[in-house]
Order: sequence, then structure tokens, then C-alpha cells
Amino acid sequence: MNRRHFLAAAGALFVEFPAFGQVPGAPSMKALDSWVAIGADGTVTAYSGKEELGQGIFTAQAQLVAEELCVPFNRVKLITCDTALTPDQAHTSGSQSHPANFNHGNLALACATAREALIRLASTKLGVPVSELSAVNGEVRSASKAIGYGELVGGQKFNLTLDPAAKRRDPKTWTVLGKPVPRTDIPEIVTGRFEYVQNVRVPGMLHGGVVRPPSPGAKLASVDEASIAGMPGLVKVIVKKDFVGVVAEKQWQAIQAAQKLKVSWTPGPALPPFAGFAEHLKKQQPTRDTRLLDSGDVDQKLASAATVMKASYYHPYQMHGSVGGSCAVADVQGGKATIWSATQGVWYQKSACATLLGLRPADVHVIFQRGSGCYGLNGADTVTYDAAVMSQAVGKPVRVQLSRADEMAWENFGNAFALEQRVGLDARGYIVAWDHEAWSPTLGNRPGPSTPGNVITGTLLGYQPEPFVARSPAPPAGAFGSSGFNNSSNGIPSYAGAGHGNVKSVRVLVHNVRSAFFTGPLRSPARLQNTFAHECFMDEIAAKLQVDPLEYRLRHLSFFRLRDALTEVAKAANWQKRPSPNPKRPKTGMAPGRGIAVVAYEGDNGYAALVAEVEVDLATGLIHTKRIVVSNDSGPVSNPDGIKNQIEGGALQGLSRALGEEVTWDQTKVTSVHWGNYRSLTLGMETPVIESVLINRPEEEACGSGETSITLIQAAIGNAVFDATGARLREAPFTPARVLAAIKASS
Amino acid sequence: MSAITLKVNGQTHQVDIDPATPLLYALSDDLGLRGPKFGCGLGQCGACTVIVRGEAIRSCVTPVASVAGVEITTLEGIGTPEKPHPLQQAFIDLQAAQCGYCMSGVILSAKALLDKNPKAQKPEIERVLQGIICRCFTNARIVQAIDKVAR
Repeated sequence: MNRRHFLAAAGALFVEFPAFGQVPGAPSMKALDSWVAIGADGTVTAYSGKEELGQGIFTAQAQLVAEELCVPFNRVKLITCDTALTPDQAHTSGSQSHPANFNHGNLALACATAREALIRLASTKLGVPVSELSAVNGEVRSASKAIGYGELVGGQKFNLTLDPAAKRRDPKTWTVLGKPVPRTDIPEIVTGRFEYVQNVRVPGMLHGGVVRPPSPGAKLASVDEASIAGMPGLVKVIVKKDFVGVVAEKQWQAIQAAQKLKVSWTPGPALPPFAGFAEHLKKQQPTRDTRLLDSGDVDQKLASAATVMKASYYHPYQMHGSVGGSCAVADVQGGKATIWSATQGVWYQKSACATLLGLRPADVHVIFQRGSGCYGLNGADTVTYDAAVMSQAVGKPVRVQLSRADEMAWENFGNAFALEQRVGLDARGYIVAWDHEAWSPTLGNRPGPSTPGNVITGTLLGYQPEPFVARSPAPPAGAFGSSGFNNSSNGIPSYAGAGHGNVKSVRVLVHNVRSAFFTGPLRSPARLQNTFAHECFMDEIAAKLQVDPLEYRLRHLSFFRLRDALTEVAKAANWQKRPSPNPKRPKTGMAPGRGIAVVAYEGDNGYAALVAEVEVDLATGLIHTKRIVVSNDSGPVSNPDGIKNQIEGGALQGLSRALGEEVTWDQTKVTSVHWGNYRSLTLGMETPVIESVLINRPEEEACGSGETSITLIQAAIGNAVFDATGARLREAPFTPARVLAAIKASS
Repeated sequence: MSAITLKVNGQTHQVDIDPATPLLYALSDDLGLRGPKFGCGLGQCGACTVIVRGEAIRSCVTPVASVAGVEITTLEGIGTPEKPHPLQQAFIDLQAAQCGYCMSGVILSAKALLDKNPKAQKPEIERVLQGIICRCFTNARIVQAIDKVAR
């Protein structure tokens, strides 16, 4: 769980970032005072490097602090992700906030250390042995005496390091953590008071607009500043290498100036073909090959298998498509910068902005200010660079709001994947070998301290994306059980025999190829795409053997958490054991079907299963999703309602991705640049019933639950359509045309 | 630039502005309101919604001059955290938000519907939500919260 590197979306690419707490100037991760301060009035201020993105982690962290420190919930003040104040906990990403701060380390351990320190201080002050004292309601109490936290350390530092021996409170005694505490931000949000980064207003602030190239790879030829001379409110045209921006007094003026400015570009290279992109990917050279796992005997086991099955799947580029265009405000004056950003990594933003601005990192202050939901690497980082560079150029605070098209054409898309799988079955139908091979294009990534070029603005300013280093053949992979086995890279089937499953012979080989478009982590990076392939293929095998799909999965799973996830979801969904497709499926009208899928998210960061019930309109190919049931095990439940909200949203976001979302392009440019041609489901969609089964395991490590349901829904829908129609969907999104074509092909 | 009178949430303001400016920018920049937000600038997503003459409209594609002198209601105009509108209270009760960026479109479209038809049925509720995008997909709770007020 303690991953110190960010795992890139491409399935196999490991990008090393500085270890947590090692960026110069960050508060020490080991010092208690970096995490907790107690005021003279007994108010608890906690500092965390994990931020609220709409997932509810702010409130959950405040619950954790209240619980471990034994103070009323409303006495906790939480400050997150401010480079002047909070510890460097790297990115808020990858479903890592719950594992990072709710286990025996970081914020949880800090609070436990503080509670024990307060009891020791009270023992000295009251002359009562520690064994006779307890922390209750912001006080340390004995049978006859009590002293408030404020009186014990109010305003003073603890000057202690986190104590690995400090005891967490027993989950059986929790009164705040584990409860459905309502989110503290929702009243301000629903009454229009909440300050998003889009709402930040600084005195003297100007507005910037960007002029992006017409196509990927285009280079700036010339800018005709005279074309907008005299426009009202215009302050400056900013040209730096290929970066073009305008600054104006008012937002509408900046928008118009950016639209009217005459800019000439040298076209970039032709884009790859949109039609047949999956086959195109498989032919690309050079490749960067990674073996995530190789038992070394797959070819031999396939050769001796009683039956060999093959299957191809394809998942397109998709986008984060945040509903708010990304926005940032920067104030760069006198060699110092203050930046309000919705970035997922304030410390990386600090170093990268220092690089871009030619400042010392110590002179750059980045304050996390929430934007609209990001789901990964949306435009938050790139727009922060836009604002910083433009503010420096005019010496005044500048706010930049990306337009819809600038957001959608240039964000770092979630990776496309072409997948090929083979399995070998023994005479009884058990899987004896699983061969998984994937091709995925990559360009850029989350920007690190020295790689601002991983997003569009950095590239335009002359920084390169991290280099594509060809590597073929792949170096050897670790075997099962060795340190080389790393399912957190999100490519390995859950059935592989490494403590999870019974399939002993497995090879997972990933070929990264160059992408024409920027790519980056999008909610459930690589795992969604790989799980679509794994879980639909599992269904194909079960169908060929005429075995119930749930039963067939259970035969190949040994780990109790995966088995429990499946049996719990099956129970809640009233799963009827029978093979797919449904033998009683209709030939016309509406065909009902059910599908199931299971995953070990990142191998060890959340266990979940999902059943989807659909009706397929055999005349139109439209998929109507009627019911979704999800079981979720993320260790101890810290806030049941928060987890349910994540499960529900994840399932429907995944449904939108499964049914309609696809980045499109023509010969020169991305063409899906607004909601008319990037097909997201809306709030008016036919919303299915969603039921969540939370599997609470207080004795296990806390793990993630923000990316479990979204990982499963596409596979489950594909399996449900197969159950309903006998047609296998191998390419997402499952548009009506593809459904009809698959039905035609299957009959 | 010209002087335009804006009546927002019961208060009258004079703004000196290009009359073609979309209302959204007058509200968020000149008046400093946080409710209406920029989502697409194309009238496609609903994040900028305000109520004018009883209708939920998209302020990002409404020239400010076209609503001069007309009462405009934003998300902050219908309730406060201390005294929320019944719809806002239902959203709090059901925790019907994730990032919450879409709330102007959601709550004000629902208010415009329920003001006309307080007992609106689910299909009508879904119909007014057709053109609103919530990328966190808090759909189930949102529909439930509106339905709760309509029942």
C-alpha cells in the first residue's frame, strides 16, 4: 500500500517522483507538529496533504481527527494542501487518501501520538498515573479530575515525532469515524457560497485567455498583434515560444481578444487514422515493452492445453471532461508567486511553477483551491501554468479560465487500449494458462518538478514531455510471490495465482506506443480497460463451458476478500445460477440480461464486485440499464454514506464511459470538443436503481473505494448484453450501432 | 461600455459593461457571485443557470443587456446555509452532491419546475435534468432529492 511512485495510466510505466516529505521546504512527515496543533481554546487544527475533490475525504479526515484525538467533530479545523502549511503527501490520486491517512501512519498516527502525549502531560500536571486517565471530549479525565487540551498544550508545539507504537483507537469504540457524518461543505455548495478556484477574486486581478494551436504538434509561425490593437480592456499579448495568451481587464474582453487575435501556425504531423485505430496501435513501432508478470511457462501450457480460446478487446481514449472548465489564479510579482490551483499535487506544482517562472521554489506558494470534479489529470495543472506565466508577464494577478474546447481538445486523455488475450483450458475446463497482451499509446503524464512539458502549456513553453524510451523485448518480470509481482500496475487478472487466484501460469505483457495526444490518469487508469478485457473474457470462457459466470469465477479465486465480494453481490442481486446467454432470451422486443464482474483494485487497494441488469432493445440496439448492485470492501468503513456516494457516482460515470464516451479526431485535430460531440450521459438519463453492499473489515488495512465500481460496470454491462442477446461487445463505447452489429454477427 | 441596471436576488446594481457580455460574467466578476459558474460557455451543461421570469436560463449565453432591469435569481438568492430553501435542504439531507459544481443548474432548474408544478412527477423531473451535466454522476441522489420536495 505504501507506494512511493505514481503509477502511470499506461499500465506499465513507473514514473519516480520525489518521495513524500522530501521536497525541500515541506514540513517534516515525522514531526507531530506538521500534522496537529492545539489552540489555547482547545481547538484542534489538523494538516493534511490529501485534498477534497468531491469524494468526501475532507469530512472523513475530520472524522478521523475527531475520533483519534477524542474531540467533538465541530472542534476540528482541517487545512489541506497548502505548500506554506501542510505536509507533502504527493498527489491526491489513485484511491490513496484512505490508505495513506487512515492506517498506522501519517494523519492517523499523528492524532494517536498527540492523544497519548496529551494524556502523559495531564498525568504530570494532575499527578495521576497514565493508566487512570482517558481522553474524552477534548479533555483528559481521571475519576475525579479533568483538564482541557487547551490548558495542556494550548498554543505550544508538541516537539515530538510520530510514535509508531502509539495505539489507534479500537474501531469497536468509534463514535465519529465509521459513522455517516454529513459532509461539512455541502451546505455552502448547495447555497452558492462555496469558493471554487473559479470563484477566487484577488484585488487588481486581470483575466487571461489562451490561444491554443489548431492541432497537435503545430508550431507557432507568427502573431499579428495589430489584429486586436485597440480592443477595449486589452492589457497585453504574451508570446513565449509556442505559447500565446492575452491578458485583459475583464473576462469577456480576454475571451474576445483570444478569439480575434490572428495567429499563424505551421501544421503538425497528420494524426493517426481514427477508423481502425486498434489495429493501428498494434502495428506501431517503436514500443516500450513491460512484462508485469511472467511465470515463464505460458507458451508451453497453452501448447499442451485441451482447449485454447482467444479474444480481442478495444477501449478508446476518453476524457475527464470536468463540468467546469479548468481555472487558476496566479499572482507573480517581485520575484514571488502565490498560486491558487485545483491541482492534485501542490508540491509538484510549486516546483514546476518555479521552473517555469525562473524563481526559487521557496518563493512559490501554491494553495489548493477546489475546482469541479477532476477524476484525474484534467486541465488543472496546465491552466495553472497559463495563469502563472501570464501573471509574471504583466506583473499583476491573473485569472485564467479555459474554454470548453481548450479543456477538451488538450487535456491528458485516459489511455486507449487494444487488448489480446488467450487462455488454455484443461479437460475439466479449468484455466491453466492466461496470456494477456496490451497496446496503449502514451504522451506526457502528470507533470513532475522537471517535466512541466507533460501537459500542453509546458510543451508550448518549450519543455519536452517525458521522453518515450523504446524498450523491446521487455526485461524479465518477477515471478509470483517475488518482489517483482506488482499488481498495483493494474494489468494483472484477479485470477492470477499470487494470493488471489488459482491460475498459475500467467503472462502480462504491455506495449506502450507513442500517442499523438497527451495522456494521463483518468479514474481507474488502465484497470478499467484491463478489467473490461479480463472480466468479459472470463464470461466468454464460462459461456463456452456452459457454466454459470459467478460459479466459474469462484472456481478460479482463492482470496477470501474477492470471493466474499462476489458472493455478497450475488446474494444482494438475487443472482440466479445458470449459464449465459439466457436460454430463454427473446428474438424481438426488449431482451433482459444480467452480468457480473469482480476486481482487486490495484491488486490490493479495494475489492469489489458488481452485477448489472439491463434490457436491450433488439430493434434499436439501445441498452437500458435497470439495476446496478455493488459490493465493496475497502477495509474499515470510515464513512458509509461517503463510500456509497462514491460507489453510485463511479458506477454511473463508468456507465457513461461504457455507453457513449469516446474522443474523436479527424486528420488534423480532436473533434470531440464540446458536449454535443463528446457524448456524456446527462442528469436526465434513465437512472438505474443502485444498491451498495459495504463489507466492513475493521481488522484490515484501509484501502480505496473511489475507483472500484467504475472499474467494473463496463465489463458487467458487456456481460449483461451477452446474457440478453448472445452478442459479445468487444469495443467500447457500446453504441446502439455496435450493439446491433454484434447481434447481427452472433445470429 | 454602457451603464446597465441589474436586479439580482432582490438588490439593484449598476454595472458599466459591454452590453453584449454574457450575464454570467457580470454576475461572477462585476457582482462577485459564486452560484452561477462557467461550465461550457455554450449553453450545454447548465452550470451557469439563473432564474429569470420564472424560467431557468443559461447565463453564459444570455447577453447582459437582455435582462437589464429584470429580476434575476441565483443559487445564493433562494437560501443560505443557515436558512436553506427546501430544495437546498433536501440536497443537504440526502448528501446529493459530490464536487457540487453543477448545483446551480440542478437546483434552479428543479425550482423553476416545482414553482410551476409543485407535484411534478419523476419523468418531468428527469426531463428538466436532460440538459444538465453532472460529471460526478450524483444522479440517483439528485433525482431523489428533487422528488422528495415534490412529494
